[in-house]
Amino acid sequence: MEIHVLYFAALAERTGCRSEVVEVGPQATVAVLWSLLESRHPALVGLPYRPAAACDRTWTDWDASLDGVREVAFVPPVSGG
Amino acid sequence: MVALQSDPIRLERVLDGLAADGDGAVAVFLGTVRDRNAGRPVVGLTYHAWPEMALAELGKIEAQACASHGASTVRIVHRTGDLDVGEISVAIAVASAHRAQAFDACRFAIETLKRTVPIWKKERYADGSAAWIEGS
Repeated sequence: MEIHVLYFAALAERTGCRSEVVEVGPQATVAVLWSLLESRHPALVGLPYRPAAACDRTWTDWDASLDGVREVAFVPPVSGG
Repeated sequence: MVALQSDPIRLERVLDGLAADGDGAVAVFLGTVRDRNAGRPVVGLTYHAWPEMALAELGKIEAQACASHGASTVRIVHRTGDLDVGEISVAIAVASAHRAQAFDACRFAIETLKRTVPIWKKERYADGSAAWIEGS
């Protein structure tokens, strides 16, 4: 299934894009998707933190299934204010 | 009312019409761009937001400040884009019946914003380099 992946801030800089479409297998989870993204974008490997993930605009655990999910966003630790 | 804006924040606009007749206190927090961080000279900040989720999270803070901290009205405005030293990055204004609730709700709002709202700052340094700040 196709997942629309969003990147923000430093992650967008590391991947060189703010969004992309990625094909994942039927049993994929957020963690599986991230592994796939690491192989596409070596600059994502070895981050000093695990990005937060939001599936279809809802904050989600990394072991959550992507079944029925259309969009996954990965966000670095926030630093607003 | 919560908002993101790329134009400079005008405090008088944030405060305009905020306090109702039943309010006896208004507390304001302004975040401003500092000229250094961890001893390193900073010439400006660039703020990047995930607008839809940032507004949703700011809306939760507004609602909770009223429901659990005694605020009667809350306004939070956060800048995006490039800011120079001294500019206002975030304005939080809280009206309430009494000062204790206004201070408490205002503090709650900024502390929660810094933990939960998907906005990021990039520091621009005097030597021309820049770095994203991750975590606050």
